[in-house]
Amino acid sequence: MTQSGVDVPPKGGFSFDLCKRNDMLIQKGLKAPSFLKTGTTIVGLIFKDGVILGADTRATEGPIVADKNCEKIHYMAPNIYCCGAGTAADTEAVTDMVSSQLRLHRYQTGRDSRVITALTLLKKHLFSYQGHVSAALVLGGVDITGPHLHTIYPHGSTDTLPFATMGSGSLAAMSVFEAKYKEGLTRDEGIKLVAEAICSGIFNDLGSGSNVDICVITKGHKEYLRNYMEPNPRTYVSSKGYSFTKKTEVLRTKITPLMERVEITEVGEAMEE
Amino acid sequence: MSIFEYNGSAVVAMVGKNCFAIASDRRLGVQLQTIATDFQRISKIHDRVFIALSGLATDVQTLYQRLVFRHKLYQLREERDMKPETFASLVSAILYEKRFGPYLCQPVIAGLGEDEKPFICTMDSIGAKELAKDFVVSGTASESLYGACEAMYKPDMEAEELFETISQALLSSVDRDCLSGWGGHVYVVTPTEIKERILKGRMD
Repeated sequence: MTQSGVDVPPKGGFSFDLCKRNDMLIQKGLKAPSFLKTGTTIVGLIFKDGVILGADTRATEGPIVADKNCEKIHYMAPNIYCCGAGTAADTEAVTDMVSSQLRLHRYQTGRDSRVITALTLLKKHLFSYQGHVSAALVLGGVDITGPHLHTIYPHGSTDTLPFATMGSGSLAAMSVFEAKYKEGLTRDEGIKLVAEAICSGIFNDLGSGSNVDICVITKGHKEYLRNYMEPNPRTYVSSKGYSFTKKTEVLRTKITPLMERVEITEVGEAMEE
Repeated sequence: MSIFEYNGSAVVAMVGKNCFAIASDRRLGVQLQTIATDFQRISKIHDRVFIALSGLATDVQTLYQRLVFRHKLYQLREERDMKPETFASLVSAILYEKRFGPYLCQPVIAGLGEDEKPFICTMDSIGAKELAKDFVVSGTASESLYGACEAMYKPDMEAEELFETISQALLSSVDRDCLSGWGGHVYVVTPTEIKERILKGRMD
């Protein structure tokens, strides 16, 4: 049976076609590429009425900041959100995939998703790839059984906790939580504590930085406070801006006019029956 | 030497007022030897979406052909062009599929979306999308490009000023990178026209 030469869109999952070639290049002495990581400080805590999740917004590529304002709090279900640390592509892909699976499950069962369902789907996927899918997650949400907060490690182990931190800034954030956390916090106290923990990560950990994102989930309601705090504004911009006196030399110019996008509106009477 | 430094490349895209600009260098090399000075890194997917790929040249061409194939299938099924956000998700999925044996290139995607709103994004080699509101960079000259763009970029520039800014940022950054350069290729796209310009740069 001959191999089909046509690149048919695949059925899903990972494809390992280029592994042999990439290994050959590495043996020849070329270094493997580095991936976008989210150095990160991500935290979660359970307060009186639900769960608060927090994250910083810096994405790094080695020592360089690739994205100064990325989103690390991913949507899983209307009542469940997940913060991700580790390799950025892995956290995005894994949370998107489980979010789709949860939606299909909601259609099938006719009920709201439970946090434990998301937890089991995530840990099954991560364990089956034995830690090679490098995603460390803080999963939080409020379902019919109450508020829940879990951490998931890249190898697939999970913890259920009242407050949790992950990422390179986790020690800085955990120190704030251990000092100031108590049960039965109100919404404002909880938000203040989460913001303080993330700021501690932003200022003390080099892999975390920029702004603070917060997500508050309560029974039947959620609030995504994107850029809740911006403790690192850009203050060094020159108000004059750059002006170029010597223009760039252009060798050739080609102008292609584009057609305007046309809106077709049906005018006239409908056909007679 | 990193795999991305085998061929050398510099790509940058910037957002302006209802327009965007995408620019790349033109060198194709094999480590330190230059073999072409007119390599096409920026490709048009359709009138309003452009993709520029930096990294290993063979993967740049293969990935571009795969993406054009998928977009043509989409056009046949949906009878319309893909929105830039959708196209970015498609590229991200195709790259993530090869998570454990990736395509060794980093795309920069730029397009005009709904209401002629400009959209730019870049990805690492396994599809981690990075959406930016100002500029995105990729390639061996990326560190210099980050610096030049941070300094020179202003929000809401018109097409001509945007062209000048992106060209100056590109040329000054590739001057500091041995592996990219030999001129520049800039596309400035507004809702009414695509202006493609070849820049004169240092040929060293």
